[in-house]
Amino acid sequence: MSDRQLIDHETLLTLQEVMEDDFGHLIDTYLNDSEDRLTAMQKALASGDGEALRRAAHSFKGSCSNIGAQTLVAHCQHIEQAAANNQLVGLETTLVTLQGEFGQVRHQLVVYQ
Amino acid sequence: MDLAKKDERLITVLVADDTATDRIILETILRKQGHRVLSAEDGEQAVICFREHRPDIVLLDALMPRLDGFAAARQIKSLAGEELVPIIFLTSLTDTESLVKCLEAGGDDFLSKPYNPVILQAKVKSFFRMRSMQRTMLEQRDQIAQHNEHFLQEQTVAKQVFDNITSSGHVDTEHLRYYLSPLAVFNGDVMVASTTPAGNLMVLLGDFTGHGLPAAIGAMPLATTFYGMVDKGFAMSDILAEINGKLKSILPVGLFCCAAMVEMNFRKNTVRIWNGGLPAAYLYRRDGSVEQIKSTHLPLGVLTNKKFKADPALISMEQGERLYLWSDGIHEARDTEGEMFGEERLLAAFAQNTQAPVLFDELLERVKDFVGQGQRSDDLSLIELLMAPLSSAYVTPGTEQANSQSQLAEWSLSFEVKPSSFAIFDPLPLLLSVLLEVPGLRNHSGTLYTIISELYTNALEHGVLGLDSSIKDDPEGFDRYYQLRRERTKAITEGYVKIDLAHSTDMDGGSLAIVVADSGNGFDPAARPELTGNEYSGRGLKMIESLCDSLEVRGAGNVVAATYCWRNDD
Repeated sequence: MSDRQLIDHETLLTLQEVMEDDFGHLIDTYLNDSEDRLTAMQKALASGDGEALRRAAHSFKGSCSNIGAQTLVAHCQHIEQAAANNQLVGLETTLVTLQGEFGQVRHQLVVYQ
Repeated sequence: MDLAKKDERLITVLVADDTATDRIILETILRKQGHRVLSAEDGEQAVICFREHRPDIVLLDALMPRLDGFAAARQIKSLAGEELVPIIFLTSLTDTESLVKCLEAGGDDFLSKPYNPVILQAKVKSFFRMRSMQRTMLEQRDQIAQHNEHFLQEQTVAKQVFDNITSSGHVDTEHLRYYLSPLAVFNGDVMVASTTPAGNLMVLLGDFTGHGLPAAIGAMPLATTFYGMVDKGFAMSDILAEINGKLKSILPVGLFCCAAMVEMNFRKNTVRIWNGGLPAAYLYRRDGSVEQIKSTHLPLGVLTNKKFKADPALISMEQGERLYLWSDGIHEARDTEGEMFGEERLLAAFAQNTQAPVLFDELLERVKDFVGQGQRSDDLSLIELLMAPLSSAYVTPGTEQANSQSQLAEWSLSFEVKPSSFAIFDPLPLLLSVLLEVPGLRNHSGTLYTIISELYTNALEHGVLGLDSSIKDDPEGFDRYYQLRRERTKAITEGYVKIDLAHSTDMDGGSLAIVVADSGNGFDPAARPELTGNEYSGRGLKMIESLCDSLEVRGAGNVVAATYCWRNDD
């Protein structure tokens, strides 16, 4: 699973072109943002705050989408949807998977830096 | 930051997103595309930033802490007022409900993640164009509003001036009823009416080509000429010719005045009418029939005076009969379907009328009902003239007593009209203008006009031209009489009419001696009793006698002397 390409290469190349020298800064920012969002999602789930979970998942989904992390987008979408319907049961697993895959994305992003 | 092209204004874009990653990407793309970028991390900052910097376009994330995108959008739109500030929602929201929420908050478009620089550029540019266009439109709207206000002000002033000029002599009399829309003059319609020194009612209805100020301009010379000449006792044909000449010389080609002019003679129960280009006037007879007096001339201001024919038709009208004049506003009034009122409906209104006195109101009501909710019926002009005896309440238009030192007091004049002048010259206005120089006589101009004009007409028609007044005993003879008069006036080479006026004053007032002599054979008043009556054919001597202090027929009957006295307290 760790070998799987979790990032859309083309999206990232376009981004690299646009950002030029700021690309490194962007990746750092993304990684920071992501940590914050994941922490927020854990907290929200732990306290059973569906709305906070939905918002955090939605925002995380947006930045993942911009970076080209399509797999993460899918997980976020799932969490966002479930949270909107206030069905928090079972989301722990998804969140753990999301965290795991984010770790791999972080790893793969280093290559582009 | 790339420099924007010189001819393109720098576009300022506000980006509001709490996710730094997304914000940085957008900012970088926008800067590279040459725009000025402002950043906000939540809705509150976005609103503050908008208030301070008034960016051209706002990119808003929907979900943000403190103030979300929807609330921020509402505040920004309300701050923007009528200015168009495009708001593009940054969203990966896909459900219809959320998208609707964005639109309801005032969003103009969406930009979905991942951001595509080409799509972003296209949206920014097209929204900026839209904003520029809307700004231009607002500026032009304000300009138009300003111009319009200015125009309305001018129109109000112009209308006051026109009203003052055209209505200065409007006579308040039972003989005349009229309906003109308040802004008629700007539709090109003008009505002037005044009483001649002889007590006749002179009315002119004109319809200038075009609309607005250009159509109204011709009304000024028309009205001033009309009032000036009617007051001085000029004949209708002279007035028409003068107005025609004036309009011809001042109006540009293509601008002219369809007009009908009417002179009502309430003593003789006759009407003179000249119609140049207006719809046929209707003469509503007592038996319910309608006679149309169609236009037989070109409008005023078209022909040079050499070619212009001011030859009004003379028609007798019984008391109680009514004459209707209108511009084409009534005929062309349209209903909601665009159909015109037309002549048939007009004739039907006459046919269905049972009481002549209410026909005027019926006509107006019918047209207004017909037009209904359609086009505004504001260019209707309708005039009704009633043949009825002059009421005793009639007064000559007041002439002010001038306190000038150079006033005529004691004087006399002798005026002789020779054959070549009979056809073309009317001595009355000239003589009357002399009489008006005498302050004490000014208020008597109507009576004096009647006396002198009767005496002059008698001397010319019966004395010099030898016309037999009994021809006029039946209405058909009327035309024959005037035909004969024209022919003989043209052919005559000998004869004269001499008018002597002598004025003297005393302590209490003064007296005017009028002697009219002609080259004819005279007549014996005793042998022709009908001549003193007030029939059509009468010389009207009895009527003159009633107006004068003394009346004397001298010689063979071809000299008539009248004396007219006036008192200071008259």
